[in-house]
Amino acid sequence: MAKVLEVENVTMQFGGVVAVNNLSMVVNEGEIVALIGPNGAGKTTAFNVITGVYQPTNGRVAFREETIIRNHPQGKMKKLYKGEIGEYYTKERVLAPTPDYITSLGMARTFQNIRLWKTQTVFDNVLIAKHHQSRHGFISAMLRLNRDEEKAQRERVRDLLEIVGLSDVQNELATSLPYGKQRRLEIARALAADPKLLLLDEPAAGMNPQETEELTEFIGEIRDKFHLTILLIEHHMDLVMDISDRIYVLDFGKLIADGTPEQIQNNQRVIDAYLGVADDA
Amino acid sequence: MTASERNKNLKIFAATGLFLFVILILDQVIKPTSSLSMLLTVLQKGSVYALAAVSMNLLNGFTGLFSLGHAGFMLIGAYTYAILTIPAAARDTVYQYYHAIVRFSIPETLSSFAGPLGTVIGVGIAVTIAGLVAALFAFLIGLPVLRLKSDYLAIATLGFAEIMRAICQWGKLGPLTNGSNLLKSFARISTFKLDLGGTTLSFSTFVPVFIATVCIGLIVLLVNSTYGRAFKAIRDDEIAAEAMGVNLAKHKMLSFCTSCFFAGIAGACMAMVLSIAQASNFKSAMTYEILLMVVLGGIGSITGSVIGAMLFISASEWWLRGLDSGTFLGINAPGIFRNGFRLVVFSIIIMVVVLFFRQGIMGDKELPDAIQAFRTKRKMKAEAKAAAAAETPAAAEAPAAPDETPKGGA
Repeated sequence: MAKVLEVENVTMQFGGVVAVNNLSMVVNEGEIVALIGPNGAGKTTAFNVITGVYQPTNGRVAFREETIIRNHPQGKMKKLYKGEIGEYYTKERVLAPTPDYITSLGMARTFQNIRLWKTQTVFDNVLIAKHHQSRHGFISAMLRLNRDEEKAQRERVRDLLEIVGLSDVQNELATSLPYGKQRRLEIARALAADPKLLLLDEPAAGMNPQETEELTEFIGEIRDKFHLTILLIEHHMDLVMDISDRIYVLDFGKLIADGTPEQIQNNQRVIDAYLGVADDA
Repeated sequence: MTASERNKNLKIFAATGLFLFVILILDQVIKPTSSLSMLLTVLQKGSVYALAAVSMNLLNGFTGLFSLGHAGFMLIGAYTYAILTIPAAARDTVYQYYHAIVRFSIPETLSSFAGPLGTVIGVGIAVTIAGLVAALFAFLIGLPVLRLKSDYLAIATLGFAEIMRAICQWGKLGPLTNGSNLLKSFARISTFKLDLGGTTLSFSTFVPVFIATVCIGLIVLLVNSTYGRAFKAIRDDEIAAEAMGVNLAKHKMLSFCTSCFFAGIAGACMAMVLSIAQASNFKSAMTYEILLMVVLGGIGSITGSVIGAMLFISASEWWLRGLDSGTFLGINAPGIFRNGFRLVVFSIIIMVVVLFFRQGIMGDKELPDAIQAFRTKRKMKAEAKAAAAAETPAAAEAPAAPDETPKGGA
């Protein structure tokens, strides 16, 4: 199995706070991998590093066997940085691409708090995600020389909305949808970018058990239909244990366990992290 | 493209053509001495301001970049246009204190071997260059400034506009910009005439209206293209836009340069209409006027900006003129209606409009869409009425039906 995503020794430090500490993980092709941990464990920060929103203080991220992000402690961070492998990457060139470049490589994400384009319709929300695939320049788009391309894009967006079951509301404003459908739309928008790897940040946040079950089914469906690899952050343990092939557990920025759902369920360190350790133990 | 869309596009094209034709007729029919000549003045100035307002709306309303540098870019456009079209013979009288370094005029050079057509092409080229120079300046200033957000961007661009004004008045640049003196005798609207054996065709209103219409048409095409959608995505949520593959730096720069390109063209038209180009005209107050038109018309609505600009110009130049000169609506009160009173009334009107149309006149909708929505609503109402009328006898025939529903529900 090919490695789709490889995170190596990634540290993200904000001043004195180490949000992600020396995280290493691998996601193989076709897998559904979950990243879990108590609140404030650094899961979303890890996502933001992988998708290029933050530049890591140290470490390397590779996507489909190719290094896309690489950094080593610089300037003030050099003094602050107390990691043991701070010197590890210093001879290599710093790579810090913007999120849009990483998306164009084939990695798309959703957000913890829904970030749809509020004044746009459902259809346009998905269509905008196709913008980075247009091969036509600014002037030719303005003079409508890109008609065929636009037509093809619209066709594909229509198909996609059909698949995710939003075609009946495609002309409504994105914000007028009920909560569950907004979540679904965010996933559809990410799918429109034709990703190989889909990153879902708490897709089931704020959903009731029934909606969560539907979502679980939906994620499995799209994985098979679009040949996706999925990395997700989630707090709903039912969902996580149900669909993930492997699980990584973060606590205070550090990786404390990884393995199959059964292994994680019986891991004492994970139980301690979630429930706390008794004082007299 | 579906058939209905094509139909709609055809309709819009036809309407635009008809509008331009009417302007052309008005240009011939209304004589400068008639009382309606004010209408022409309003159309000339209004179209220039409409273009400026729409270009500002592209930046402020569609991309969400709050920039206040429009007067500066219009100044660049106006000066570029003026410098490129002053006839060679008039150079020395215009630049009376300096030795002009630009010694050719594009329309004049072209007309020497292509006749009147050469003048038209020359003016077109000069206007385009005016826009390009403004866009070039926008690119250079945009490199550092577009990293800023909201208020900070507004302050930086405002500062840039003021600096441009100061630079144009700088004595050392006199050979190019004529220092703090004005530029005049270049190709202006009153020169656009055609002699047809006795009868003279005037294009003095048609030219600025035509340029503004073409440019606004291009902006409409842009806003509805894939790039326009990306701009709107940046406005609504930058982080989401970036995550979905919209390159922020590139798209912000594109929007900024395009907006300033059209601002430069508006500046060139302004010079044409006013027949002078003077840096002291392009104060930050002009930017605020344009911003006011955008806000009045509705941020994010192109037809709104056009309506806002036309209303603003006709109110300040025409309808409320009497408030300054003694007689207004037949009331003769020179004691109250004197210089400056117009602005008092005007400010009150603006406050009232802003209070009652919070989103501006059009909100973020476009006029054709609003009319369409109004029509469908009326149609649906009429249909509902017809259906209700048809249902009443049916309900009378089947009185058992309403009784059954609650039972089924229980």
